[in-house]
Amino acid sequence: MQISELSPLLRLLPELIVASLGLVLLLVEAFVKRKEIVAVLALLGVFAAFLSLKLGTFGVVFGGMFISDGYSFFFKLIFFINLILSILISVRYLKTEDSLRGEYYCLLVFSTLGMMVMASAGNLITLYLGLELMALSTYVLAGFIRHDTKSTEAAVKYFLTGGFSTALLLYGISLVYGVTGSMDLRTISEYIGQHDVSGNPMALLGVVLLASAFAFKIAAVPFHMWVPDVYEGAPTPVTAFMSIGPKAAGFAVLGRVFLYAFAHMSVEWSLILTVLSILTMCVGNVMALVQTNIKRMLAYSSIAHAGYALIGIIAATPEGLSATMNYLFIYTFMNIGAFSVVLMLHTKDFKALQISDYAGLGKTHPIVGAVMLVFMFSLTGIPPMAGFIGKFYVFMSAVRSGYLWLAIVAVIFSVISAFFYLRIVMYMYMKEPQRPEMELSSSHALNAALAVCATFVLLIGVMPERFVEFAKAAVKILYFQ
Amino acid sequence: MINTVCPLEQSYVLTTAIFLPVLAAAVLMLINRERYSTIKWIALAATIANLIAVVPLFTNFDKTSARMQFVEQYRWIEAWHINYCVGVDGISVLFVLLAAIIAILCVLVSWNSVKDKVKEFYIAIVLIEGAMIGVFAAIDMFLFYMFWEAMLIPMYLLIGVWGGPNRLYAAVKFFIYTLAGSVLMLLGVVAIYIVTGTFDMVRLMNTQLPLNLQMLLFWAFFAAFAVKVPMFPVHTWLPDAHTEAPTAGSVILAAILIKMGAYGFLRFSLPMFPDASQLMAPVMIVLSVIAIIYGGVICLSQKDLKRLIAYSSVSHMGFVTLGIFSLNMQGMEGGILQMINHGVITGALFLCVGMVYERSHTRQIADYGGLANVMPVFSAFFMVFTLASIGLPGTNGFVGEFLIILGGFTANKTAGVLAATGVIIGAVYMLRLYQQVFYTAINEKIAGLSDISLREVITLVPLLILVFWIGVYPSAFTGFMDATVASLLVKLKGGDMHALNTLIQAVVR
Repeated sequence: MQISELSPLLRLLPELIVASLGLVLLLVEAFVKRKEIVAVLALLGVFAAFLSLKLGTFGVVFGGMFISDGYSFFFKLIFFINLILSILISVRYLKTEDSLRGEYYCLLVFSTLGMMVMASAGNLITLYLGLELMALSTYVLAGFIRHDTKSTEAAVKYFLTGGFSTALLLYGISLVYGVTGSMDLRTISEYIGQHDVSGNPMALLGVVLLASAFAFKIAAVPFHMWVPDVYEGAPTPVTAFMSIGPKAAGFAVLGRVFLYAFAHMSVEWSLILTVLSILTMCVGNVMALVQTNIKRMLAYSSIAHAGYALIGIIAATPEGLSATMNYLFIYTFMNIGAFSVVLMLHTKDFKALQISDYAGLGKTHPIVGAVMLVFMFSLTGIPPMAGFIGKFYVFMSAVRSGYLWLAIVAVIFSVISAFFYLRIVMYMYMKEPQRPEMELSSSHALNAALAVCATFVLLIGVMPERFVEFAKAAVKILYFQ
Repeated sequence: MINTVCPLEQSYVLTTAIFLPVLAAAVLMLINRERYSTIKWIALAATIANLIAVVPLFTNFDKTSARMQFVEQYRWIEAWHINYCVGVDGISVLFVLLAAIIAILCVLVSWNSVKDKVKEFYIAIVLIEGAMIGVFAAIDMFLFYMFWEAMLIPMYLLIGVWGGPNRLYAAVKFFIYTLAGSVLMLLGVVAIYIVTGTFDMVRLMNTQLPLNLQMLLFWAFFAAFAVKVPMFPVHTWLPDAHTEAPTAGSVILAAILIKMGAYGFLRFSLPMFPDASQLMAPVMIVLSVIAIIYGGVICLSQKDLKRLIAYSSVSHMGFVTLGIFSLNMQGMEGGILQMINHGVITGALFLCVGMVYERSHTRQIADYGGLANVMPVFSAFFMVFTLASIGLPGTNGFVGEFLIILGGFTANKTAGVLAATGVIIGAVYMLRLYQQVFYTAINEKIAGLSDISLREVITLVPLLILVFWIGVYPSAFTGFMDATVASLLVKLKGGDMHALNTLIQAVVR
């Protein structure tokens, strides 16, 4: 075989590495006793894949089925960061929960592979394949603590609702195929550009169904019902993983499919997404107000953040798209950071899942308290934390596209969100500790994850230049074939 | 006229003033939390060093220029054309100085009264100082907004962690009110950037925006500034926050934080939306007069020392906004001066209340009586600040209020007359307060209190000096503003500089 024949495969290099990593981990897992070794191997493998992102070239593979471009590059970066941080925060938790089984890491890796395929999908079938690989792995992960009924329940719920959304997706794909005669995104785009399909009910229904299926993945209202229960029941590191990965992957396909394949139907889908976005911000923020369980609160918070991120897509400009990507990038750090703190408080004897369990954390563990404070203010969107930069960029893109009113709605809900984020701060700093001995289940891996998240949240907040430019550049290299 | 900032040489004064406290906070974080006295001394040293660092602003400021001075500029976020750009002009220079002084006094007054989470407390104080100076020094809108919002975090903690019994409610209310106002301003900032392509405030001051956009932006910024000032009817967070905050928190709130709102009007609303400001000035004057009288009347029925002074702030800030929106030389200079005055006087009054509260642990006016016999030195100080608050000639309060009423009268006779009644109401509630607390028979509850210590005297003396300095020789301070205010008025109303110069001379004399 010639080198030149191999070179298109370079565009697949990160996927190939991650796929082989998953298989190797499965094998290794069967032979090693200390499951931490699997985690370390997984980390090394992901790191290699991370580096290979730079080596891999941009271009199209398999006749347009698979696209490697700046856009997918950016999302893959988010997935890798998510994966690395998730592995780091899992190690100790699995031990505490007596669920030290190596396939955990394989599932994380395969789920990430699914996300990567989604981000690179140039064809609705590739998209579907990636989505299913991601979803099936996460279903299993959600029920990973087998002796915990809540975890099992979460897995079943997730599986059923996820299956439902898959059905919607397939139905949507078939309708789109029926109208345009193709599943290739570029052909679809060309067809819609040449034929006026705006009055075609089949095309409209197809768009609605695709939007619904993606809304499931990004946890947008009214397709959010599964989120609180699943986030609460699933093992906490998996919740952290799920709150970033599938959401970002959902946004990746949302951006590529709607902004490019259905670019000529933007009037139709932007209306749908606007309604989704407002509902999402509203329900997410308002429901989070009344939660007493921290994981449920973070679940609703993650719903709300999907609403903000949607605004960039609705703006329907390259700027808006990069704003959404930038938002997701920032969200990765602040949300995993928040979950890391939740994990720190989780010990064998005391799960500390109630918000009231955070009482006095600022006094008993000043550093952890301060870090949580940073994440909470970042999620609220207060400078100089990164969350502010994310919101600022999204709002700017919305105002520039004439969606001033949507930005106003968003900032109002953003103020409402201050109530529940501040409540955590209030418990940590303004209440006395309820338990004299507040133990932390910290480990080096968890500390490292926390440090990375806090550093990036502050760094992006103060020096956003590079990150914003990165998101901008990623959108510029968006192959559409 | 003001030109785009393009300094030949960079000055580092303001950056030092902003980031020295941040550095101090970083140092404090590294210190063992048990070493209380080290922590306190570091905080004190940092705040004093910061005052020394800003002295050049007072001595080297060119009073004849309306340009931004001590300018420093770096590229920051090029993707959005944002620069790190700081500088001061006649409007902001005095606030930077005041903030530096107040921070020292806050450290001093908290010396013995803060016993819980000492390390965090002083970190919060120095961070607030840095953010406050940042707000007044920023001449890039994005940078301004960063400081404006960043300040909420330590302030929220200050009220919520070290405050009084109802502190949780007060802290959240403070945070939500100010955040709600600020986010609308954020959208205004974004809108300005999208229309003009710049965040540079100096350039924006020379940009003419269309009237309908000006109106929209005026109200967007109004939301943020009116909450901070606070103007009627969004003032309700203030009594709670001021009352529940620890002494240092009340002092910062009263002396600096609420000035940020009025400063915003001067820095954004008037120069950037001049037509809208002129059109809306009557509305602002009405709101100001309501605040003056309403705030004063509420004071008459207060039973809590701190709450009374808090409500008096509403009334006094009504004077400030009245002066600003009278849109003439006397009114605006009076407004700026009265902001400084109010910072000095109310800051001092809150310091005094804090000192006596530390001894008696009560804020109820009814629990006091005859304090003049028990704490003679203290009551002398309190007397001076009370009279300054009323506006007795010879104190700073007189100069500010006089200029404002003069300006208000020129703008609208009814407003001037009504504002003057506010002064009378002020005299009623302040004198009654003084009488009930310091005269009458000695209340048993406070019989054994010790008089204030040397540390506390040192805390109050700087403000006492300022009361008389501004009161007797105001042009030492108004001189800073003349050129800037005059050029702002030219921008607002047109007209030639010559006429204004004569006006300046008249006012100064």
